Amino acid sequence: MITKNYLKIILSFLIGMSSEFLIAQTADNYHMEVPGEQWSIEMVFVDGSSFNMGVANSDATRNDDEKPIHEVLVDDFWMGKYEITWDQYDAFVYGRFGTDQFESESKLKDLGIDAVTGATAPYVDMSFGMGKGSYPATNMTQYAAIMYCKWLTAKTGIFYRLPTEAEWEYVCKKGKTDKLASLNEYAWFEENSQEKYNKTGTKKPNDLGIYDMLGNVSEWVLDKYSTGYYAKSPRENPWNIPSELYPRVVRGGSWKDTAGKLCCTSRQRSKSNWKIQDPQIPKSDWWHTDAPFIGFRIVRPKIQPSKEQIEKYWLEAIVDYGMN
Amino acid sequence: MDNKKDNLSRRKFVKNSSIVTGGLFLAPSVISATPLYKKEKMLKLAVVGCGGRGTGAASQALKADENVKLVAMADAFQDRLDDSFNNLSKMFDKDRIDIKPSNKFVGFGSYKKAIDEADVVILATPPGFRPQHFEYAISQNKHVFMEKPVATDVPGIKKVLATARKADEKKLNVVVGLQRHYQLSYKETYKRLQEGEIGKILSGQVYWDSAGVWVRPRQEDWTEMEYQMRNWYYFNWLCGDHILEQHIHNIDVANWFIGEYPTSAQGMGGREVRNGKDHGEIFDHHFVEFVYPGGAVISSQCRHQKGCMSRVSESFQGTLGSTYTDAGNKAIIKSYSNGVLYKHNGEDDRNPYQVEHDQLFASIRSGGHINNAEYGAKSTMTAILGRMATYTGQLITWEEAMNSEQVLVPNEDGLSWGSIPPVVPDAEGNYAIPVPGVTKLV
Repeated sequence: MITKNYLKIILSFLIGMSSEFLIAQTADNYHMEVPGEQWSIEMVFVDGSSFNMGVANSDATRNDDEKPIHEVLVDDFWMGKYEITWDQYDAFVYGRFGTDQFESESKLKDLGIDAVTGATAPYVDMSFGMGKGSYPATNMTQYAAIMYCKWLTAKTGIFYRLPTEAEWEYVCKKGKTDKLASLNEYAWFEENSQEKYNKTGTKKPNDLGIYDMLGNVSEWVLDKYSTGYYAKSPRENPWNIPSELYPRVVRGGSWKDTAGKLCCTSRQRSKSNWKIQDPQIPKSDWWHTDAPFIGFRIVRPKIQPSKEQIEKYWLEAIVDYGMN
Repeated sequence: MDNKKDNLSRRKFVKNSSIVTGGLFLAPSVISATPLYKKEKMLKLAVVGCGGRGTGAASQALKADENVKLVAMADAFQDRLDDSFNNLSKMFDKDRIDIKPSNKFVGFGSYKKAIDEADVVILATPPGFRPQHFEYAISQNKHVFMEKPVATDVPGIKKVLATARKADEKKLNVVVGLQRHYQLSYKETYKRLQEGEIGKILSGQVYWDSAGVWVRPRQEDWTEMEYQMRNWYYFNWLCGDHILEQHIHNIDVANWFIGEYPTSAQGMGGREVRNGKDHGEIFDHHFVEFVYPGGAVISSQCRHQKGCMSRVSESFQGTLGSTYTDAGNKAIIKSYSNGVLYKHNGEDDRNPYQVEHDQLFASIRSGGHINNAEYGAKSTMTAILGRMATYTGQLITWEEAMNSEQVLVPNEDGLSWGSIPPVVPDAEGNYAIPVPGVTKLV
């Protein structure tokens, strides 16, 4: 939980100030303790603005799905300084889900939450021996990552979610993450990772103070993957809402990718074969069996959306029959 | 489930689109002229044990061969059978899931009725029942896909071994769900071991260390028998302990790569953290040393404890180099003198669970003969040997273990929901737990 004084400041922002003032004002980074947990989450404030998303059509070095370049506005938000770790993720997987663990029912209703569902325990070790604890959590489905955000929201009373693809790229570009002098100093990728992910935050951060945006683990964002979206996306806070289970977008590249793939505009898509070793039908809503290179980080919009808007972010599970 | 969206909206497996690339074109071991199962003949499939795995295996069988129909299902529980039927009916057209209501068999003993209806059967119940199901299927001349482990006690192992010989005599195909044998990263490593890339294996470490699996807590309206059948993972007559149910995969890799079965085992284990009433009678950790005839020593560890190191992998050290394989589809072979000799890139590998069925049906169609039952039984036996070592705290030889006459599993045909299971709780709801140094090999 945010310290009480700080909460007061935030509340006075949201309630007492004019919206004009809100836009002009920046907010601080903060350190969030989570009730009942031994760990906390570091959040970095990101001042929203317009930026050029994607790359120019003329850039022959980049893929077509990164084109065209187009202006996009993103609102202010906080983003996790680090990728979510196994300690932070296992608290959800193996946590208790009694009502005493969460905010009051009426508070949850305002956050668009009727019930919080826990992930099933995985049948195999999902870290594949690469390390747990403060190493990044991996192999979760996008649905599971979203349900993690819902769980965290219910525990803290503050709305957390995955970033949109636009927010993710904005942070990457604004932090000059792929313009830094030597990628080796900022990221874990195939050439320096020794075939595994590493503890979060062990390389240098980008210019916003955010770690591992590129490399280590690829990160879930909220969007459906489609090649044509950039040409028609809305200018303000675009979010390509998924309607099918696959493909959805992951960003940033991982310990398995070569340096050339670590780039702020590069887009990767989820695949059905990330569950190839799941022997059951239906396949797990919660776990991939073959994606030890996928993780996530969280964001928090500066202005908490309405209950109705929040509900849209709690995407439903889609039963996976391993068909596509 | 019915209210949830699914990923089927635009596609179902139908004729001519059901074949996964390559399935029927994998070379079977023997080509024979027998016309019995040529591709024009519709093959009837039955599934015995309709959980997530049985349902998965049924879908893989239906994808492996377009002229297969699921005609019968059997499960102890109506709800499990119904879920499985509904899921498969969503995936496949009606002519592939061609099951009359009278061919849905529920309860103890239902396996016989389902097996009678089919040419090919999937055996995917908890492993305690497997020997009886396998014996019946082969006696009725059915081809078989059966899940691992294949038994939970030594009499069961002996039954499977005897039945395996009958399957050979009858030229029936038997695939066992030790899918690493059908997984490229393992097959390639095995091939290179055969070619001598790391010399002779001297030692190894195999692991299934994880946080554990599901628990189905007791409900008031259940009989003791229903409770144990639903929460089967925690009862030895049904499951055999996790050293069998999961860790068999890694132990089996050791047997396969070394090319032998151990002569003895000793080890330790217990129930340190996962020790509640709903955790039945099994241990939460085992650590076993297996000694092989050629001198190799393999350390085997399996653990179901939250918050500890997790690992599912196999490492072997040979005279010239080492291998590493894991559940993440990694395979790395190193030479002590020359560094990395091989690194598996598995991105485009086919699903090993699908390959199992592709090869089974290709072999049936061509009159070939695959029989995995012997190594399935002996690797199951190796895990039982390990369990005997950790439960007793003694060094146990393969021969002593094979002489065990302890029957864990009752005859299914005599069971009902009112039957008293082989183990029962005390007045406080606790089950007897093996005590190393006290528990005897029987």
